[in-house]
Amino acid sequence: MSSRRIFARPARFAAIAPYVWMGLFFLVPFAFVLKISLSQTAIAQPPYEPVFDLAAGWDALKAAFAALSIDNFKLLGSDDIYVFAYVRSLTVAVTATALLLLIGYPIAYGMARLPKRWQAVAMVLVIVPFWTSFLIRIYAWINILQHDGLLNQILLALHLVSQPVVWLSTDTAMYLGIVYSYLPFMILPLYATLAKMEPVLEEAASDLGAPPWQVFWLVTFPLSLPGVGAGVLLCFIPIVGEFVIPDLLAGSNSLMIGQTLWLEFFTNKDWPVASAAAIVLLVVLLVPLLLYERLQKRQLEQGR
Amino acid sequence: MAEELPGTDVAAEAAGGDAYPAAGGPLLRIEGVAKAFGTFRAVDGVSLDIKAGEFFALLGPSGCGKTTLLRMLAGFEAPDEGRILLGGKDIAQALPHERPINMMFQNYALFPHLSVRDNIAFGLKRAGMARADIATRVAEMVALVKLEGLEKRKPDQLSGGQRQRVALARALARRPQLLLLDEPLAALDKKLRENTQGELMELQRRLGMTFIIVTHDQEEAMTMASRIGVMKSGKLAQVASPRELYEAPRSRWIAEFVGDINLFDGESKLRDGHRLVIGTRDAGALVVAEPREPVGAGRFSVAIRPEKVKLSRRAPASEAGRETAINTLDGVIADICYLGGTTTYKVKLDTGGMLQASVANSARIDVDAYSLNQHVVAWFTPDDCVVLPS
Repeated sequence: MSSRRIFARPARFAAIAPYVWMGLFFLVPFAFVLKISLSQTAIAQPPYEPVFDLAAGWDALKAAFAALSIDNFKLLGSDDIYVFAYVRSLTVAVTATALLLLIGYPIAYGMARLPKRWQAVAMVLVIVPFWTSFLIRIYAWINILQHDGLLNQILLALHLVSQPVVWLSTDTAMYLGIVYSYLPFMILPLYATLAKMEPVLEEAASDLGAPPWQVFWLVTFPLSLPGVGAGVLLCFIPIVGEFVIPDLLAGSNSLMIGQTLWLEFFTNKDWPVASAAAIVLLVVLLVPLLLYERLQKRQLEQGR
Repeated sequence: MAEELPGTDVAAEAAGGDAYPAAGGPLLRIEGVAKAFGTFRAVDGVSLDIKAGEFFALLGPSGCGKTTLLRMLAGFEAPDEGRILLGGKDIAQALPHERPINMMFQNYALFPHLSVRDNIAFGLKRAGMARADIATRVAEMVALVKLEGLEKRKPDQLSGGQRQRVALARALARRPQLLLLDEPLAALDKKLRENTQGELMELQRRLGMTFIIVTHDQEEAMTMASRIGVMKSGKLAQVASPRELYEAPRSRWIAEFVGDINLFDGESKLRDGHRLVIGTRDAGALVVAEPREPVGAGRFSVAIRPEKVKLSRRAPASEAGRETAINTLDGVIADICYLGGTTTYKVKLDTGGMLQASVANSARIDVDAYSLNQHVVAWFTPDDCVVLPS
């Protein structure tokens, strides 16, 4: 019997669909960006050269290929501004993700231990902010944090401070904004794993002589690691490339890589350098992704 | 005295107190313990003494409160009322990790991220035992439950029976003064369950430990336990040995819950020495032995176990010199249920009732078997009847 028959046409299409999607919406745009990153800036339309022109013939195409260079990547490594931007982005992302984990874990744990009907309510409360535009929520924070904003008014009214505190354009404000915006992305995967976990395992640990903190550390936390991994990735990766929140809430003296990209692209009109910076960012972000995948694979091999 | 395993008694040390109860006193004393969830009284004033070395079974239908009672012993629930004394010390409000009691959970609750070895060692590490001692004890436990060679496996890589053994080893590793078993065999198939019952009993005798098992399976309780407490609606209905429970149930409900039984409702008519005549609607007048606690006049149920009922083609000839009045009832075979070792006949009595008789299939060739609609005489002695208040 032919084994090919097993794959009926719809099944074969379903197997191919993800690759088509990846090809169209990831690989093709990535190839464009990669090509631009190897080009040189030019005062032209588009603002870089060489330009591949299939109509110009084989020789022109060969010449265009020869004109590609990795100079932009060398520039990224040699200019402090980019190195600092990468370091700052990673620092902010690591700090913010750690804060998110510290704040999100207790919330997710509390949610998972609520009676079933209250869990649904808590879930809605976590998701509800998404119904308001992200930008509007960040502007609302500006309103709260500004010189005569709500926060300072409250602090003054309670006599906790004698003068308005400068909140806006500080790292504190930026972290506040990031933690506020990304908290649901940390809570939801954590909640999903914690809710699935059988409470009887915690009882077993305590029956075997483990005081509450050991129950958490030896049983609950290790079993929630898949959720921790998912939550950390969901927050860490977009925070590294975050543009809006640092731009609106943080000071302008040290930029994250997203802001640097924006400057290169729209102010300096240097598409090639901006593209090179984007490619490096992508590579930097691939590292934690690959690590996570390896971790998951190892857990699968160990038998779920 | 049972065989003692070498090594220190971790659990008792962890408890920080006297491991053994005062001489003669019970190991565990439950005094008027009650627990309500909202308005539902799950456990309603239970008092019970359990001696060291006993294999005690809490038996009852689901929702009778047996699991809640067990969870209070383990410390997962705190009683609303009453005291729980272990070796004379009240532990009712102690947290689970502070009690020298371990539990084997219904679905084993093995830690999925830990190997067999680490699952068994979990409680020992919590007790602060030295590494070398832990290794020795784990090896002992692994050998005890015959899991050699599987120490590095994760629970997912084990069969149901193997998981059950890991759970048992893990619960026994700390040498608890009291081991609680919550439906420990419910997840196993019948054959494995029967083998495991034997092994559990053997183990309990050998270690000399006190076991309390919760089960809804009366056969399991009868097979394993030396004493059974039957629970109903949060109360202990009867505490007795398996034989007493089966042969002398205290109430109609217990008689029906434990094993099969024929019940005939009626009124006491007259007393003749040690004999009582009870007039029943469905089986006519039945002669029964007077119960140990004398009963007055009133309404009663006469209970006869199916295997105490004999069947024959003709009325049994009254033996010479035997004065015992025998109850004989005429009827027709209405239903036959062949069960291998025994055959259960349902006899439609001429008096109107139905009577179940269980007959051992003592010969391979069924010359004695009855056929459907055959006329038979069912008979039983007064001593085989139990009189129960209606």
